[in-house]
Amino acid sequence: MELIFERSVKGRKGLRLPKCDVPSAKDIPARYKRKGIADLPEVSELDVVRHFTRLSRMNFSIDTHFYPLGSCTMKYNPKFMEDIAKLPGFSQLHPLLPQLLLGGMLTQGALEVLYNLERLLAELTGMHEVTTEPMAGAHGELTGMMLVAAYHRDRGNQKRYIIIPDSSHGTNPASATIAGYQTISIPTDKNGVMDFNQYKNKLNSEVAAVMLTCPNTVGIFNSQIRQICSLAHQNDALVYYDGANLNAILGKVRPGDIGFDIVHLNLHKTFATPHGGGGPGSGPVGVRKDLARFLPVPKVVKRSDGTYALEENWPESIGRIASFYGNFDVLLKAYAYILLLGKDGLIEASEKAVLNANYIMAGLKKYYHLPYDRICMHECVFSAAKQLEKGVHALDIAKALIDKGFHPPTIYFPLIVKEALMIEPTETESKDTLDRFIEAMKEIAELSQTNPQAVKDTPLTTPVSRPDETKAGRELNLRWNP
Amino acid sequence: MNIPEKLLYTSEHEWVRMEGQKATVGITAYAQEQLGDITFVELPEVGKSVKQFDGICSIESVKAASDVYAPLSGKVVELNKKLESSPQLINSSPYQEGWIVKLEISDPNEKDKLMNSIGYRAFLNRPEK
Amino acid sequence: MNYIPHTPQETKEMLNSIGLNSIDQLFKDIPAGYRPKSFNLPEGRSEFEVYDYLKRMANKNAIGLVNFLGCGFYDHNIPAVVSHLVGRAEFYTSYTPYQPECSQGTLQAIYEYQSGISLLTGMDVANASLYDGGTALYEAAMMALRITNRNKILISGGVNPIYRKIMYTYTSNLAIDFVEIPLEHGQSTREEIFRHLDDKTAAIILQNPNFFGAIDDHSDIIEAVHRLGALAIESVYPISLGILKTPGEMGADIVTGEGQSLGLPLSFGGSYLGFLATRQEYVRKMPGRIVGQTVDRQGRKAFVLTLQAREQHIRREKATSNICSNESLCALRAIIYLSILGKQGLKDLARLNFDKAEFAKSRIDQIKGVEVKRSSPTFNEFTVCLPKDAREIIAPMIERGFSPGLSLGKYYKDMENYLLVCVTEKRTKEEIVRYAENLEVVLWS
Repeated sequence: MELIFERSVKGRKGLRLPKCDVPSAKDIPARYKRKGIADLPEVSELDVVRHFTRLSRMNFSIDTHFYPLGSCTMKYNPKFMEDIAKLPGFSQLHPLLPQLLLGGMLTQGALEVLYNLERLLAELTGMHEVTTEPMAGAHGELTGMMLVAAYHRDRGNQKRYIIIPDSSHGTNPASATIAGYQTISIPTDKNGVMDFNQYKNKLNSEVAAVMLTCPNTVGIFNSQIRQICSLAHQNDALVYYDGANLNAILGKVRPGDIGFDIVHLNLHKTFATPHGGGGPGSGPVGVRKDLARFLPVPKVVKRSDGTYALEENWPESIGRIASFYGNFDVLLKAYAYILLLGKDGLIEASEKAVLNANYIMAGLKKYYHLPYDRICMHECVFSAAKQLEKGVHALDIAKALIDKGFHPPTIYFPLIVKEALMIEPTETESKDTLDRFIEAMKEIAELSQTNPQAVKDTPLTTPVSRPDETKAGRELNLRWNP
Repeated sequence: MNIPEKLLYTSEHEWVRMEGQKATVGITAYAQEQLGDITFVELPEVGKSVKQFDGICSIESVKAASDVYAPLSGKVVELNKKLESSPQLINSSPYQEGWIVKLEISDPNEKDKLMNSIGYRAFLNRPEK
Repeated sequence: MNYIPHTPQETKEMLNSIGLNSIDQLFKDIPAGYRPKSFNLPEGRSEFEVYDYLKRMANKNAIGLVNFLGCGFYDHNIPAVVSHLVGRAEFYTSYTPYQPECSQGTLQAIYEYQSGISLLTGMDVANASLYDGGTALYEAAMMALRITNRNKILISGGVNPIYRKIMYTYTSNLAIDFVEIPLEHGQSTREEIFRHLDDKTAAIILQNPNFFGAIDDHSDIIEAVHRLGALAIESVYPISLGILKTPGEMGADIVTGEGQSLGLPLSFGGSYLGFLATRQEYVRKMPGRIVGQTVDRQGRKAFVLTLQAREQHIRREKATSNICSNESLCALRAIIYLSILGKQGLKDLARLNFDKAEFAKSRIDQIKGVEVKRSSPTFNEFTVCLPKDAREIIAPMIERGFSPGLSLGKYYKDMENYLLVCVTEKRTKEEIVRYAENLEVVLWS
């Protein structure tokens, strides 16, 4: 499809600006001015509407397709949450207003939302205090690693390493490194969890923290978590909970109760805020009591008179990690979601998420290799090993699914499973949708045996098919040029 | 698998061709196959000193990135500039046109830590751990 | 209410097909002793009740203040079409475009956004966006350290103080030598910069217009920086680039900024958008996602995520950044906003902001005892020196219906009497006049 820039017609306008009601000022000296004019499109409002509407129709989305992207928790995003974020009392509020003298009284509603959400998330995870500031899961991880560093600095510890299982998301080692640490990778054992003996051997007094995803990325809850945490604590190492997979365990177990010291949550996963085509997300971080003094500023506090305020003077804080208080509109939506579901609704969400994942696992294990054949949590990980014997890769299966009207699962992750297909259905999908998906996967498995080339030829129904990524990487074309 | 006889190899899949004190370095046919279509080679600066098994530069493909390690200690004296515009030479001709750097080596004894072609073939065929 | 479609009958059938009798059996891997100590959450409520409650919360916040507060976050008009298009569920309920065949919409929109940011800043390439302006500036600094292999950074005191605080937080565990260049008459002085600039300097960080709204041409500084093999990072306000000299024209190497003014609501600080653009030679050192154009197997134009080998999911601990997402929906807003505004529209909008601010300056300057600082030209924000502590006028001005600007003593020593005032295209002549009249009354009655 042509670019918006290519629809440009010289002299066409899309917007009428207000008439200038003040005298025209003396111009800025020429040396401060740009030479030309930015070559933005010259289009009408209808041109813009048609263009972006057409683009939107080239996307698969939750509202149009089953979207079982593993580890991403693509559950239904309730519509009323969008309306709440648009309320003018929230959407038009300037973030610096509460930082003006007495301005805080003009933002009591917003501050109360932040405060209440922090309390709810603390109770959900069993942590003492929460900050809503991190703007994505990876941002939460980095914040968490800085909290680890602050803790050890405070104790005068010299520590250099972060232990991370090899099944982790790539953000874990990247976040640890950016915070100034070196990483130690621990392999996964035959049961699909971090190898306990290797962990024990690698743990020493120089380890600052252990980062764990729980349930892990193969969808398994490690029954030895408590032992892992207490061993870490014996070495004065902290244990970090990557909340990517929290949707599996709401109300069943809380990270804070079993020994985790720091957690991050992905509100765009567990708490149903829209993923927005890749963001904005939200990655609040919770900590145990003695770490709360290190949390980033400003902190939202409740005063004794029942009003809310921002507290900036917190000498032991790691400092400022974001311009303001996090992705406020996302936080609002998550707050609304938690209030709507309530305790029982959240517990049932996890139960049905796990039920759906196991239903898919049971339905497909005859057709696809299951590297860890045991009850899974909210997601299951298959391998296309059987299909590979006929030359069909996980990628080919993904493309064939697109033709059948399903968004593919996550593929080639976790790295420890060869030709991985990681399926996370979420609780909002019905049995009939899952049945249709299982049927489609079954047909693809059969076609892989009888006519593998047909699978490799997919997708046939999409606007483009198998773009040349090598060409994209070698001959960089990253923008339109006038 | 093409594993030329006259070369020496590392367990990180680099090869070395020795000519006096000069060592030409590249990655093996096996390595380029694992990486897939190579899109970019980040070449080091001439004059850079490296220790044996330290990283000298990195190679990127569409879905992977990999460091190239120095098989021997020494100084970088020459670069294969053709790789800047044609990184695919590593795919099409890993042992000839796809060489990456030339080193002036500082310690010939370090060659003892490298494998010959027989050793490397055995290394590739080792049973999975 | 939890949007779960399962009937009891279906649940039973599903459990049967797994070979289980109860939901509890699904959770058998969680040892009994791991049960929550508490789970004191409220009972669920209906959609109407939650909406009504949050509407009441929204109404506790100030609505309808006439806004003269900016500081990098601006009250611009957002054309209705922007929100309507971004509200299409095919955009907002999709995720990262991992599978290009079913994400061409998002991919092409990001490619167009990258093009728009490049054109605006006069740079070669832009990434798919970062969290916000502050974290984008931090990423730019890290990028400069990677490119130069040096560890000293000069940062102008005219850079948004919030951004500077963010920068110091992230780098507190790293061996980076920060030198803050103090301001004189609201501008970083050349002498101070050149005094600190040396061959250990990785980069200088500048902002234009700076935090006080002052405009500068940094070409001479950048030239000096380049002579020493260092890089120049510019933080910019995108709307001002409708008329101001671009960082590209000044020779900057990395450009970042807060994209909020490109069609994003103020929304109490988020979701916002950090943009980052650079020169072609540094593209592989850029953090974050990047979309590229290619062809599919039938030769059709197609868009994909590219240069992924820099990113954390492939390179793990060696990645250029830990960032995983971008602010995709915010970037979509920005490109729709830039498209509807168009070539002439952006220039006219910038001019309108400038004219209104100049009018406000001349009007406020007439107030007894008040002086508008005029040592440098400004864009749409400027500093005003009051005859008393600027904090004292905030509350009475708010009572009179104005959000009067920022009292600069909060961030700058010896500037207690200074107020930073912003005027966008939304402020009418009548509002500006009333603002000045009220300020005069507050100061002198």
